[in-house]
Amino acid sequence: MWRAKIFVTLREGVLDPQGQAVRSGLMSQGFKAVSDVRIGKYMEVTVEATSIDEVSAMVRAMCERLLANPVMEDYHFILEEVQ
Amino acid sequence: MKFGIVVFPGSNCDVDCYHAAKEVLGQPTEYVWHQEQDLSRFDCLVIPGGFSYGDYLRCGAIARFSPAMEAIARESERGKLVLGICNGFQILLESGLLPGAMLRNNHLQFRCEERHLRLENNRTPFTNLGEVGQVLRIPIAHAEGNYFIDENGLAELKRHNQIAFRYCDEQGRITPESNPNGSIENIAGITNRRGNILGMMPHPERAAEAILGCTDGKLVWVSILKWWGDIHA
Repeated sequence: MWRAKIFVTLREGVLDPQGQAVRSGLMSQGFKAVSDVRIGKYMEVTVEATSIDEVSAMVRAMCERLLANPVMEDYHFILEEVQ
Repeated sequence: MKFGIVVFPGSNCDVDCYHAAKEVLGQPTEYVWHQEQDLSRFDCLVIPGGFSYGDYLRCGAIARFSPAMEAIARESERGKLVLGICNGFQILLESGLLPGAMLRNNHLQFRCEERHLRLENNRTPFTNLGEVGQVLRIPIAHAEGNYFIDENGLAELKRHNQIAFRYCDEQGRITPESNPNGSIENIAGITNRRGNILGMMPHPERAAEAILGCTDGKLVWVSILKWWGDIHA
C-alpha cells in the first residue's frame, strides 16, 4: 500500500484572492515580514500498487484527469509506503 | 424544438430553466437525469446552475464525468445546441468543451445581483436577435465566476469571436467597476469556436418574464428558437 500526499496549488501568475486576504490578516497580526501567501489544497490518496513506478504513474494520471485543473493549477506529490 | 434540462445532484436552477423552455418558449421540454447516456432526442441541452456534487474539489469537476456530459459532448459534435448557465458554464469549462477555468471571485464574496451585460457577438444561435453593443440587464449569483484564461487562449477567443457577453455599466462601457468578480476582460459568457455551445455566468432564465422584474434574458431563449426555426424552415 502506498500513500500519496498531493499538493495542488494555483499556477504562478494566477491571482490568489484568498492568499491575499490571509496575507493582510497576517500583516495586521504583526507579521510584517510576510511578503506573499498562496493557498492550495492538500490531499491524501491511499492506493494499492506493486511498485513505486506504478503508483507514481497512477497518481500523476489522477492529478491530470481530476485532482488538478491544468488551466489554473499545478500539482506535485510525495509517495510513502504504508502498512 | 425539443429542450433537455440536465439535472445533477445539487442542481438548483433546473426548474427555472424548464419553465423558461416549456412555458416562456412553449416548447416540449424534459428533465434529464445526469445518468442518462442517450440525449440524441433533444435539439438543445441546457446545463443549469446550482452546486452539482456540492462543488466538491472544484465547481463542475465531478459533474463533468457523468454519462450525461459524455452524451452532451457527442451531441454538440453533431451540432446540437448546448447552453451552460452559471454552474453549467463551470461544468463546460471543466469538461473542456469550452476553454479556460473559473477562479474564486476576486473579492471572495458570493454576489447575487442584477448586472449589465454588453452583447459582443450576435452571430451565434443564442444571440441572433440582439445587436452588438446592446446592453442587457440579467442577474448573476455566484462565488466562482472569475473567468481565467491565459494570454494565448484569450487571443484565440478574440480571433474566433468567441466572447458572447461582457460585464459593463448601464451605458455599455466596459469598466473595472462593472466587473463583479474579476473576470479577465470582464468576460461573462463565451462560445466554442463553432458557436453551438454557450457558457454564461448570468442567469437568462431569471430575467425571462415581466413578473420577474426584467425580460432581457428572454433574448437568449427566443434567439435559440429563432435559430432552430431558420435552419428548419
